[in-house]
Amino acid sequence: MSHPAEKRTPLYDEHLRLGGRIIPFGGWLMPVQYSSIREEHEAVRNRVGVFDISHMGELVVSGPGAREWLNTMLTNNLERLEVGVGQYTFLLNDKAGVIDDLIVYRIEEEKFFLVVNAARIEEDFAWLSSHQPGSASPATALRIEDQSDSYGGLAIQGPKVGELFAALFGAEKEMPARNRIGSFEFEGTAILVARTGYTGEDGIEIFFPSSAATKIWKEVLQKGESLGIRPCGLGARDTLRLEMCYPLNGSDLSPGHNPIEAGLGFFVDLRKPNFIGREQLLREKEQGPSRRLVAFKMKGKAPPPRPHYRIFRDGVAVGELTSGTLSPSLNEGIGMAYLPSPPPKPGEEIEIEIRGQKFPAVIEKKPLYKKRP
Amino acid sequence: MNVPDDLLYTESHEWVRREGDKIRVGITDHAQAELTDVVFVDLPKSGASYEKGSTIAVVESVKAASDIYAPVKGTVVETNKELESNPALINTDPYGAGWIYVLEVANAEELKGLKEAAAYRGLLA
Repeated sequence: MSHPAEKRTPLYDEHLRLGGRIIPFGGWLMPVQYSSIREEHEAVRNRVGVFDISHMGELVVSGPGAREWLNTMLTNNLERLEVGVGQYTFLLNDKAGVIDDLIVYRIEEEKFFLVVNAARIEEDFAWLSSHQPGSASPATALRIEDQSDSYGGLAIQGPKVGELFAALFGAEKEMPARNRIGSFEFEGTAILVARTGYTGEDGIEIFFPSSAATKIWKEVLQKGESLGIRPCGLGARDTLRLEMCYPLNGSDLSPGHNPIEAGLGFFVDLRKPNFIGREQLLREKEQGPSRRLVAFKMKGKAPPPRPHYRIFRDGVAVGELTSGTLSPSLNEGIGMAYLPSPPPKPGEEIEIEIRGQKFPAVIEKKPLYKKRP
Repeated sequence: MNVPDDLLYTESHEWVRREGDKIRVGITDHAQAELTDVVFVDLPKSGASYEKGSTIAVVESVKAASDIYAPVKGTVVETNKELESNPALINTDPYGAGWIYVLEVANAEELKGLKEAAAYRGLLA
């Protein structure tokens, strides 16, 4: 299979200018780090950091019946979602496998803004389109649009996000509440601001026309300078999310995994009468999943655990890591893996094979990192 | 990038300091800057012998594990235990406190295959 050339976000040149190290990720050329993963990670935990998320996809579903129909395509319940609020949810295939995990925002009564993973944009769009209901006239038609190329996006994350928000949009403006989304203006450009993130810190994700990306990026860095802001790459994004045990699509989630075994049943409403994957998930819930996504920490001195390292339980190989890294906050190796049921409980020991040698690790409760009170 | 004149170098970015019939080995300033954030070092075992070009140690950053290769055939006589508690010495002092191991060279002729500082600088240019 031939791969199309990797895409660049509108901020590609800015990343190069800042010394960003570029790697391919989900079909995109993205910065993995600028200065160091540790420094960028710590900036987000203690101050504020900014990530280019322009590679992520934006799908817009609108028209009469949009909510009712989307509610049959996604696992979480849109019935209770007010205008101006978002929710984490899953797009499943017919076997209840995860096509994508995403955030859906209700931006108007019958208009929804879906923020999806970069590597899944085409697949999500194709899956949604193939289930699109027919309509007698174009006037009443439900529309599904892939607006990914028109949007740029930034994630601004860290305890100082409020100060930066005020510096950008004006002190009189109020930042949207958790999971809420609002429209703001910045130097004549309309910007969607959502109070969400993938780091475990307070933060916002903002979406704007791609043409304004460079202007906004520079302004964020400049206004954030006195707050100690750092541009942050995919490396820190991965360590931050893994400390929180947020799943990474393509690693911890895939069409071969369902949300129940991933421990994300909270974002699946089985009381909804009808959505794709429901019957399989009901059965899964009834019988109990055959495996579970567990989190662990290395015990004592050990090399950092990495994806695909093998796991042993009572001397028997039982699986491999889907995620693993050195946690900069804990300074310990951490990871996640699917283990056969009944899964080991927090405190129980497993072993990770690293370069032919087995190292002990301990099952932990999620999240692996808890913020200091 | 700092490339001291008095050292020898490999194409895989290890530096070599001659100490009689032994060599002290680490990774170059360029290599540590590429890796950033060294968080773990798998040291070779003292007394173990290695062929030229075989994996002798592993240096791990937050993001990845990188193999370190034996520049010539030899036997490990000393390792830098300081790196077990402070692997970041490789970042802060790659040519000094960040050394990784000392090798007793099996055949001094093999050292002639290593690069002088000028040639290594050329490789980085």
